[in-house]
Amino acid sequence: MMEVKELTFGYNRRQKVFENFSLSLGEGKICGLLGKNGTGKSTLLYLMTGLLRPQKGGIYYKGIDVRHRLPQTLGEMFIVPEEFALPRVTLRKYVSLNRSFYPRFSDELLRSCLRDFDMNEDIHLGELSMGQKKKAYMCFALATNTRFLVMDEPSNGLDIPSKSQFRRAVASGMTEDKTVVISTHQVRDIDSLLDHVIIIDGSRTLLNRSVSDICRRLCFAELTAGELTGDELYTQPSVQGQSVVLPNRLGEEHTTLNLELLFNATLAHPQQMAQVFTD
Amino acid sequence: MKFKESCPIYLQIADRICDEICQGLYVEEGRIPSVREYAVTVEVNVNTVVRSYDYLQSQEIIYNKRGLGYFVSHGAVEAIRQQRKTHFMQVELPEILKQFREMGLSPEGVARLYGEYLKDNP
Repeated sequence: MMEVKELTFGYNRRQKVFENFSLSLGEGKICGLLGKNGTGKSTLLYLMTGLLRPQKGGIYYKGIDVRHRLPQTLGEMFIVPEEFALPRVTLRKYVSLNRSFYPRFSDELLRSCLRDFDMNEDIHLGELSMGQKKKAYMCFALATNTRFLVMDEPSNGLDIPSKSQFRRAVASGMTEDKTVVISTHQVRDIDSLLDHVIIIDGSRTLLNRSVSDICRRLCFAELTAGELTGDELYTQPSVQGQSVVLPNRLGEEHTTLNLELLFNATLAHPQQMAQVFTD
Repeated sequence: MKFKESCPIYLQIADRICDEICQGLYVEEGRIPSVREYAVTVEVNVNTVVRSYDYLQSQEIIYNKRGLGYFVSHGAVEAIRQQRKTHFMQVELPEILKQFREMGLSPEGVARLYGEYLKDNP
């Protein structure tokens, strides 16, 4: 549904954030977008939602170039940026002013999401803390019911119970015709929610795979020093001994995805990891 | 190779549902929550719960009634007990027996310990 083709983009002439970068996203997925600081995660999200325009190449939502910012693409997508300002009105007023831009807007989703976050429509957007503001905006985002939803560091600023409420809200708003892209460094906050992982590094996509495919090819384990076999793709010290990533030779899913380990392994040994994923 | 078990999430969820069936939270021939409801409860992706339900269906622990949802199969509790017993005998017990040998425990010693345990925990 979302096609990034040979994208080149930079904020100045000398330094390019993306060079000849391509990526394709399918439907019905919650994708985690991971990458080190400054590798262009937020930039990519802005480009995909038409807020920035590519210097070369194109980005297509269902075949339509998003740079034209046509109502039929803008009405189908929503972005929750990491930082944003909201007008000094009540949420009720905000909803009534903005809902008409989103043809699939759902009052039911808004109600259930507000209930999940323990909020109501009478809150005043000018009088909220950062976390509260984020939750209010996230409720509106989910209620727009767009087929393409992008969230940049959504769990930043959320208190402990809100992180769990956030997962519930996203899980309950998800349908087969939607795609949600979540960019984050707080991997523990979202790992059980994801069914797809994308790791980018400037001009390259280091990984773009479903979680089940990843777990069919890799095992994530805690081993003590005596249990190391030399077969490990990546190791890092942990309380129990070593956290390791191993090639999965059984062909079946054996362990749960450990996003942090996967990310570190992919950045440390991009070539070896790519090899594991070649058929 | 020995893993400190962290089995895939979809199987952990399937196991959780089996526990709930055994505890009587869902009765045989009774309806269980929809995939979406369950995904929200355990805060995971809907597709993960779809896989858990597919797995339980393949094990004949639950079944699907078109348009009505998922129901606990007749005889599910017994089936779960059987499966867990098989798993214990084939996977966990050999591990324990291996440790008995490493500790130098004789079969008689093990039998005595088990006898004492039964006396203390009637």
